[in-house]
Amino acid sequence: MNPTSRLRLLSAAAHAADDRGSVVVLTNDADPLDHRDAIANAARVELQFPQFTDGRAYSQAYLIRRRLRFAGDLRALGDVLADQLIQMERTGFSSAVLKDGIAPEDARRQLDRFGAFYQADVVRDAPYRAGDAD
Amino acid sequence: MYRYNEFDRAFVQSRAAQFRDQIERWQDGRLSEDEFRPLRLQNGWYVQRHAPMLRVAVPYGELSGAQLRVLARVAREYDEPDADVYRRALDAQRKLGTVRLPTHHAHFTTRTNVQFNWIPLSKAADVMDLLASVDMHGIQTSGNCIRNISCDERAGVAPDEIADPRPFAEIMRQWTTLHPEFAFLPRKFKIAVSGAHEDRAATGWHDVGLRLVRDGDGELGFRVSVGGGMGRTPVVGTVLREFLPWRHVMNYIEAVVRVYNQYGRRDNKYKARIKILVKAEGQRFIDEVEQEFRQIVELDGAPHTIPRAELERVSAYFVTPAQAAAGRAPDPAATAARQAAASHTSPFERWLSRNVAPHRDPSLRIVTLSFKRPLQAPGDASADQLERVADLVERFSCAEARVTHTQNVVLPWVHVDDLLPLWEAARDVGLASANVHLLTDMIACPGGDFCALANARSLPVADAIAERYQDLDELEDIGEIDLHISGCINSCGHHHSGHIGVLGVDKDGAEWYQVTLGGSDGAARGGDAQPGRVIGPSFSAHEIPDVVDAVLTTYVSLRQSDGVRRESFIDTVRRVGPEPFKAAAHAARSPARSAA
Repeated sequence: MNPTSRLRLLSAAAHAADDRGSVVVLTNDADPLDHRDAIANAARVELQFPQFTDGRAYSQAYLIRRRLRFAGDLRALGDVLADQLIQMERTGFSSAVLKDGIAPEDARRQLDRFGAFYQADVVRDAPYRAGDAD
Repeated sequence: MYRYNEFDRAFVQSRAAQFRDQIERWQDGRLSEDEFRPLRLQNGWYVQRHAPMLRVAVPYGELSGAQLRVLARVAREYDEPDADVYRRALDAQRKLGTVRLPTHHAHFTTRTNVQFNWIPLSKAADVMDLLASVDMHGIQTSGNCIRNISCDERAGVAPDEIADPRPFAEIMRQWTTLHPEFAFLPRKFKIAVSGAHEDRAATGWHDVGLRLVRDGDGELGFRVSVGGGMGRTPVVGTVLREFLPWRHVMNYIEAVVRVYNQYGRRDNKYKARIKILVKAEGQRFIDEVEQEFRQIVELDGAPHTIPRAELERVSAYFVTPAQAAAGRAPDPAATAARQAAASHTSPFERWLSRNVAPHRDPSLRIVTLSFKRPLQAPGDASADQLERVADLVERFSCAEARVTHTQNVVLPWVHVDDLLPLWEAARDVGLASANVHLLTDMIACPGGDFCALANARSLPVADAIAERYQDLDELEDIGEIDLHISGCINSCGHHHSGHIGVLGVDKDGAEWYQVTLGGSDGAARGGDAQPGRVIGPSFSAHEIPDVVDAVLTTYVSLRQSDGVRRESFIDTVRRVGPEPFKAAAHAARSPARSAA
């Protein structure tokens, strides 16, 4: 994933208007590795947050992006709130459909709060791994 | 100690600014109560019985003098509720018989954090800014995430140490902090790490317990156990790896937490901890973790492998402080004064043998300040006491202290010549009770006086026992014993691991207490970690001191002695079984109730 690419925030209407061809939809109890062929051929994979406090889709996103090296659009749906967007970006989501009522400016602001993070994620390596020859 | 760099500092400040913004959006309705709750919890803010509670993280228990002073300031300036909130709290608790609800206090917890019980939420953002000024915060001290990592209070100074666990604890602190994948796990997740032969960190009782070991070639690694925990279902962790090379510890923990995040139960919060998954799946869980670990290493490129250079960089923060390293030959005059004082003053002599432990440097000692004394709850510290502790820590311990999981404070760098002046100063502020590891060195959660989850109050029970057992001769005769008191099954007072455990239960709206015997946290004095066993139906609050007395009298009558060594309480319980204790406890019930 391009380190400069940022999470695209979509309204429900924009999401509904998107092309539905070649989309794989996974419930959050699915093991992405069981769907590797379908994912490899998809243009978009959609993952679900039934409640924002259910964090299973973060692990799914990580596996799809890092382990399966999926290069298409990885979209978050469901209870998508402003304060979890940065986690979505860091686990490999490329787009997120904001829940109705979330102000896009409140949401966007949360993506730039931290200059950097401690640990490696899908987007960046851990700071100490830069130049690691070990 | 680890020292924050610009990155750490900017990070904590960003977190404080983020929380301020979240509070504002909650106050003006842009964030609903349900949306805000997990955010405030992951910043350490609970809503309790009477007022909010703030839990401040103390990473692996290490505190500086400067941090103690800011904690004192938070207690002094912010730990005070609005008058009507306090009046309502007093009215409610007095009806139950509580006589004290101290304000302007801090409380050391069993996970080596610090809690404040009375700070109004309206002052939350200001307090977080103040804490950030000394590199402190409440990040991940609550919520269903990876919590503050706890450690051995003697890390880096213990004579029985294999390797210092703090560099690893710090690397893991960084790795777990705002980990994007693991902020919404099925339930909370606790890691403890120890580097010594004796397990002083209760590692077996944690979701992940790590113990530094060396393999046959002298290589350093971790023994990894997973799925320990207290609560409704006490379970000691299962060993997944007898030896994991140290550089892989985060790759391995990622595998454990990812399997848990995917498969842990989310339908029932009482079955959501990883221990339930480990028990239900057994070998399948282990296989799943091992397979995930292999894939992290082989397919993902082992992204969390610790380079040797990074371990060395972090380890450099944990070298012996310059003042202690410079050394100071023992002064004959100080030695003479100490010996004279010890022979004439039995409290000092007792304190030397109880509260002072050997250090890896023969000229230094590890000293425990006891926060177990009459009229104050276990682990409670007033603002003034915190300030005085900061004085002692700066004067006698290279400005470094450790919070213990038994709710005391340890000074890790005390010169042998300073023991007498330290004892005198500690005694003057009431922190020199010579009771470490004795009955009155008990663990107690805040219980029903503060906590909204509690079924019963813990502190009046702790009070009653502390009051009854004030004679140090009697306490020494009973010997080392861990008494742990929890106000509910959530087990913050670690009752399952007490040699004697007391658990508050609710029966028809009244406070009752279940007693367990034979538990252990894994330290040498109690043997391998194991949960205690319940002895009969629960007791009323006023029966508990009599029950404890009956149990201890039974022990004294049954213990074996070879003239040199005396069998400890826990060993007697294990040898003779629960029956004699059960009978004695039952006989100690109030006559009216026994007759009924």
